[in-house]
Amino acid sequence: MAKPQRSDPAEAIDIRPATVADLAGVIALDEEVTGLVKPEYWHDMFARYGARGTGSGCFLVAGNPARIDGFIVGEVRAWEFGSPPSGWVFAVQVRARLRVLGLGSRLFEAVCARFRAAGIDRVRTMVARDNTVIHSFFRSQGMTAGPFIELEMRLE
Amino acid sequence: MKFQKATEFALYAVLELAADPARQLTAVEIADKYGISAHHLAKVLRDLGRAGLVDAVRGVGGGYRFAGNAKRLTLMDVIRLFEDVGTDSSDTAPRTTGEDIAEGLRFVVAELDAQTSATLRSISLSTMLKLVARHPWATEARPARRAARRAR
Repeated sequence: MAKPQRSDPAEAIDIRPATVADLAGVIALDEEVTGLVKPEYWHDMFARYGARGTGSGCFLVAGNPARIDGFIVGEVRAWEFGSPPSGWVFAVQVRARLRVLGLGSRLFEAVCARFRAAGIDRVRTMVARDNTVIHSFFRSQGMTAGPFIELEMRLE
Repeated sequence: MKFQKATEFALYAVLELAADPARQLTAVEIADKYGISAHHLAKVLRDLGRAGLVDAVRGVGGGYRFAGNAKRLTLMDVIRLFEDVGTDSSDTAPRTTGEDIAEGLRFVVAELDAQTSATLRSISLSTMLKLVARHPWATEARPARRAARRAR
């Protein structure tokens, strides 16, 4: 007997480089997830890592301009903190109802594929300690603690 | 961080059973695999059963089966059944003449605890099983070992 076909809504969603037409959808999704509206930040991210960016970064979206269901932003950085070139993921978001269906994993794999193609063999990120959802996501992708410790201090 | 034996045994048992949720294993089978006390493990499995993480199958050929959601349950969910986690002793400690130093030390220890807690909360059983399958320690530990050798 033939196995029933899976029909996860996330499987059919296209992943591609962001265009300027996607920005409104990215800003809306970010607002939906974080509760914060920050259009200037996303326009700046697109300028740096979008289609016409510097080339070392990538800004990928899942969905179409009418409805962005996820996005990921990353960049290759070299010699910061003495580290050889490595890929950094700055942001990843997936629409809440599409989580745990593999869309975030596909976005992450897509950005990692671009890092590999650029000759990079290591990917890094930073997560808020109390953000268990995003921390768990990166762990589920196989990420573990790296060799750096983040430190900070209040400036009086 | 050093876990109590019960915690360690619970993590072995839950991960072993979660690796194949359809499989039943007895306390003796799990204990033999990990070289631990079957008697102690049996008590731990009863606690895990009461918490709903495993099902006990009685009778001949019985044993235990995983009963949770491996993608949702985290290492911390298992650990907190056996360890006193999340309690902050800094507020209840008596004030002494060395208060500043004592508070400073508590501040540093709290930093370590927060890091440990965040790590344990972020690793689901499913993620842990994937990590075990990948053996990252085989490759990641090499530079650390080399650095340690160089430092000697």
